Amino acid sequence: MKGSVATKIRGGIVLLQQTTRKDQSMKHMYSIKNGYGRQAAKSLRSHWQLYLLVIPPLLFFLIFKYVPMVNAVLAFKDYNVVAGIWGSPWVGLKYFRMFFENPIFWTLVKNTLLLSFYQLLAGFPIPILLALMLNEIRNGRFKRFIQLVTFAPYFISTVVMVSMIMLFLAPRLGFVNIALQSIGLEPVNFLGEPDMFRSIYVWSDIWQTAGYAAVIYLAALAGIDPTLYEAAKVDGASRFQKIWHVDLPGILPTITIILILNVGNIMSIGFEKIYLLQNSLNLPKSEVIATYVYSMGLLNANYSFATAVGLLNSVINLILLVAVNSFAKRISNNSIW
Amino acid sequence: MAISSTVPKRKIQESAGDKILIFAIYVILSLVLVAVLYPLIYIVSSSISSPAAVVSGKVWLWPVDISFRGFQTIFKTPLIMTGYGNSLIYMAAGTVISVTLTVMLAYPLSRKTFFGRQGILMLVMFTMLFSGGLIPTYLVVKELGMIDSRLALLIPNAIWVWQVIIARSFFQSTIPGELVEASEIDGCSDWRFLRSVVIPLSKPILAVLVLMYAVGQWNSYFDALIYLKSDNLYPLQLVLRSIIIQNNSGGAMDISVQVQRAQLAELLKYSLIVVATLPVLIIYPFVQRYFVQGMLVGSVKG
Repeated sequence: MKGSVATKIRGGIVLLQQTTRKDQSMKHMYSIKNGYGRQAAKSLRSHWQLYLLVIPPLLFFLIFKYVPMVNAVLAFKDYNVVAGIWGSPWVGLKYFRMFFENPIFWTLVKNTLLLSFYQLLAGFPIPILLALMLNEIRNGRFKRFIQLVTFAPYFISTVVMVSMIMLFLAPRLGFVNIALQSIGLEPVNFLGEPDMFRSIYVWSDIWQTAGYAAVIYLAALAGIDPTLYEAAKVDGASRFQKIWHVDLPGILPTITIILILNVGNIMSIGFEKIYLLQNSLNLPKSEVIATYVYSMGLLNANYSFATAVGLLNSVINLILLVAVNSFAKRISNNSIW
Repeated sequence: MAISSTVPKRKIQESAGDKILIFAIYVILSLVLVAVLYPLIYIVSSSISSPAAVVSGKVWLWPVDISFRGFQTIFKTPLIMTGYGNSLIYMAAGTVISVTLTVMLAYPLSRKTFFGRQGILMLVMFTMLFSGGLIPTYLVVKELGMIDSRLALLIPNAIWVWQVIIARSFFQSTIPGELVEASEIDGCSDWRFLRSVVIPLSKPILAVLVLMYAVGQWNSYFDALIYLKSDNLYPLQLVLRSIIIQNNSGGAMDISVQVQRAQLAELLKYSLIVVATLPVLIIYPFVQRYFVQGMLVGSVKG
């Protein structure tokens, strides 16, 4: 029954499509017949079902996204479970001051920023290089196989990813240390070395996401005007010159957008993986703002303080994104809004 | 995924420089291939080797002394099986809820006659840029009495803004405006139009939404970590964390001999990784194109 209704409608539509296209006045008559001056009232009346549809999703955003934004006033209050958020006394900037004066403040900012910049510097160019190289491959099967394989780790969960890192880098049983020993080197306790933490984090991330990130650049490369390549060929350009003068400029808008998004996220480097990789030995380098908020807020129940730290982070993030976006707009006319 | 080449095959002989470049590219890409594949093969090989071989480092590429002790242990451990069952429940229920809500929001936003859609879209997209933070969100969930209930994993993160954006741009580009007008003249209500025309025409985007939400739900652990307390509600990922990362054997073994126990514990980790990842990786080659599609639809601005 359901199918027949659909076909019926589709069948009728084809007919009507032709009539409406030919006779635009029909559309006009229709709206005049309804005759509502005010756009909103008309929309609401004739599309009340659409408005009904969006209510549940909007409630979701209201309750789980906007109420927490309002709840963030907690940062300026002394949270008291009995009094609730609104009954708790105002304390102004007490918790922000507390955070700034805490010696851990600079460590957290430094750890967060260094990890992010390392991630950006190493993780941003690699997918571009991968895409450019894949684009040169003419053997379709080899190309498809590489894409299939490099995309796959994207589907591995954070927990499994960290599990794999821990198994591979284990001091005694991990294959990396077994390999090191077999060539006569001393085994290394990788996860216990604070200095190793950033590299482990960043390179495992590249392993996991480079193939995924390359897809977007490959699509951009496929969209480059073929006549440009013809012209390059006529001019006798080498492969490298073609990559440099046609491919790269062709995907520059895409690169800019992705860069803006990455820079905008610099303060919000993922909690999930860092938290799992943390241990008491690497904590001096692995404690970042997000993990600190978690341990202060949920483990130590220091709600107001953790909210203040989180809020500060969100605000800096927003400012960064807006700044980078307007900067990119000015220099290259590419922006995300 | 296959993006066909835009350059016709060269007929003239390539220069020496070009040959070197293409050779270098083949070498580098082959190395990349090995670097990505090796860890995956190593995990699978270890998971079906004998406990003793795994611990003594005899496995380096292919399985040694094939045995399925690890998998047998997994299926005999209630904690793991409960986690597996829970994850299946969360994945199924979460995907249904998320896809439904996403379509309910994305479809009206794609309609030009829907007054206020720009405002709603901005309201929704702003949540990508700014959030109240961990604690304020936690307090809302707590207020609603969802702490330590299955709902906490299904509702608070039900809608991903990104999915709304890609679904909306799909509806916008594939459902012609004339179709809507025609159906209106026929007296078809918006609701019926959505059900009998839009949904049947939108199978590709529905596949994208279902897959992304399903994989996301299967792989997530953070919400479970902060909202759940009872371990009979734990999804598989939290069980994995406890066994592999925190090194609790989770009552998985009843072997009294210490050495064997340690060996089996090590093997179990590899087998667990395989069991937890296999469902996703098996369907992956067949659904990869939908993911690519999803990414590319989303990259269309507007």
